[in-house]
Amino acid sequence: MTREEIKIYVLDYLAGRMTCKEFVEIITDYLEGTMTFWERIRFHLHLGLCFGCRVYLRQTQQTIQTVGRLPREPVPPAVREQLLKRFRNWKTQ
Amino acid sequence: MKQVAVSFDDQVDMMVEQALPSGGSVQKTDPEELRLVERLRSGDEAAFASLVDRHHNSLLRMAMAHVSDRSVAEEVVQDTWIGVLEGLDRFQGRSSLKTWIFSILFHKAKTRGVRESRHVSFSPLGASADEFEAPAVDPSRFRTSGHWAGYWASYPQPWDENTPEKLLLSKESCTFLEKAIQALPPNLRQIIILRDVEGLSSGETCKILGISETNQHVRLHRARSRVRRALEQYMEGGARPA
Repeated sequence: MTREEIKIYVLDYLAGRMTCKEFVEIITDYLEGTMTFWERIRFHLHLGLCFGCRVYLRQTQQTIQTVGRLPREPVPPAVREQLLKRFRNWKTQ
Repeated sequence: MKQVAVSFDDQVDMMVEQALPSGGSVQKTDPEELRLVERLRSGDEAAFASLVDRHHNSLLRMAMAHVSDRSVAEEVVQDTWIGVLEGLDRFQGRSSLKTWIFSILFHKAKTRGVRESRHVSFSPLGASADEFEAPAVDPSRFRTSGHWAGYWASYPQPWDENTPEKLLLSKESCTFLEKAIQALPPNLRQIIILRDVEGLSSGETCKILGISETNQHVRLHRARSRVRRALEQYMEGGARPA
């Protein structure tokens, strides 16, 4: 076994033999905080070793942030006015 | 007619409040929300207008997941607001106001959807296999052989740190994202609206939709993965709307 191969095996072992394909499927467990302690360790080890998965995690976080801040379309004035009218009627009841 | 509506809302109240823990420490009500409820009860029109402005769109989109056309969805949302007004005096703040409003919508939309026989099934059996089994990332993005099978064949391209800000500043990209959300199957769309657009917790989302944590989790994962993928294509210029 060459030095390089040994390095790969050691890293692989440390990373809990997690593939990137697995990583992208458990990312929600991580973000939701539903991982066990050991799962989190495996996840972090892979994350620390894999540039692609760091990018993937960051992209997912950025997607969530963007979706959460999408501007709200204004309520059509006619609909809004009708609802406010309802409210006034309700109030006087 | 009115009598029926009131008893229906009572049922919703009961369902939501039974489902939510009533212990002091996990209580959802924040003082600001209680003040808002007080203002609504006292007939403060500006308070109601702000509530409408805040939630109308998401309510409409949620309704669209159950009924076939927009005008029906709009009626459902109108009904929901009426339900909110009628139920306001009985609202006890044991769930958050938002959760309560979306629960009312969900029940009204579901009833209407059943009538239109376009009800979204929330059982795993009723959902298409695709929703549950489609991988988060296209399998062709990973190596298929050798020691590194299952690892990235080519890394995703990093996005700029201020990507969210940049996207939000552009009308075109906001429209693109809206469309990406609309393109999700109804089951997934509802989850992303409640969780990521409205910012509700997973517990609240489960209660509104009457689904298990596991189910909610799987759907959230699918929904977010698809939106990320759409955004990635957009960022790389592959899916820019004409």
